Amino acid sequence: MIDRVDLWTVIIGLGIGSFGLRFVFLGLVGDRPLPAWLMRHLRYTAVSVLPALVMPLIVWPTATGGETDPVRLAAAAVALAVGYFARNPLLAMVVGAAVLVAGGYWVS
Amino acid sequence: MAGPGVKSSYWRGLRDGLPFLLVIVPFATLFGVLADDAGLNAAEALGFSVAVIAGAAQFTALQLMQDHAPLIVVLASSLAVNLRMAMYSASLTPHLGHLPLWKRGIAAYFLIDQSYALGIIKFEKDRELSQAERFAYFIGTVSGICPFWYIFTVVGALVGSNIPMNTGLDFAMPIAFIALVGPGLRTGAHMSAAFVASASALLFAFLPYNLGLLVAAVLGMAAGAEVERRWGAPA
Repeated sequence: MIDRVDLWTVIIGLGIGSFGLRFVFLGLVGDRPLPAWLMRHLRYTAVSVLPALVMPLIVWPTATGGETDPVRLAAAAVALAVGYFARNPLLAMVVGAAVLVAGGYWVS
Repeated sequence: MAGPGVKSSYWRGLRDGLPFLLVIVPFATLFGVLADDAGLNAAEALGFSVAVIAGAAQFTALQLMQDHAPLIVVLASSLAVNLRMAMYSASLTPHLGHLPLWKRGIAAYFLIDQSYALGIIKFEKDRELSQAERFAYFIGTVSGICPFWYIFTVVGALVGSNIPMNTGLDFAMPIAFIALVGPGLRTGAHMSAAFVASASALLFAFLPYNLGLLVAAVLGMAAGAEVERRWGAPA
């Protein structure tokens, strides 16, 4: 059983901390110009953070106990390819999910 | 005014955000179920989702509390998972930084993976958008998503383990994020960043407290910036 005081300490602390992280540049820097070298790095935030976030989940899925699964790899590869060539995130999601579901039936 | 207008930007954002409900609804429900398993009531689970709105950090905190980790470790690890939000914040600053402070505060609260990714794709593509239109688009993306994040956290907590959790659902989040990466790979610099970040994420996966994610993200951003510096600005 989790202690109630501990629980609310975590909820409130995490809430304030998360807001702080989200607000730090947007709120405190605002419209002051950022240095060119920093801007150059920030342009690659999305294409760095998102792959880094999901890559371990793709290669070592939690659902399989960390064992690499060809169906999940294929679904991710197809979602990436469709997203890249069609430039359409929604289509990429749907096709990727379709590969996952179809692959699941085919393998089992 | 060359832009599409505030109202239509809002609706456009709302529409672009809605597909993510396919991920948000099961993810929020799962959090509710796990919170229930951990002995939290619906109000406490909802408190989590309203205060934090970041699935990965919430799961981390819940897991560590169940493992009876010291409070400071719970907070530090969960915030480390959310450090990417500071990168998102910096990345959006050139696009939303001119807004009044209260609007920047609201945007900061609603800064999540989906609103960031949709926003940055939109703002970099449609350069003629006004500040107000950008804010409207950004708020549009979350107004279809966040209410369901709250609602389905409560649903999960109330229904508890009676909901069968299909194992394929674990992969909804990775697919949704990968689908966002593809359209972002516009130049060689973007591809280098994504490649280096992906390889590093696997290489540094052994690091505790999800620090591998941050190392990988920084290396990816450095790779993109370096390619751009040597071979010219992005198209």
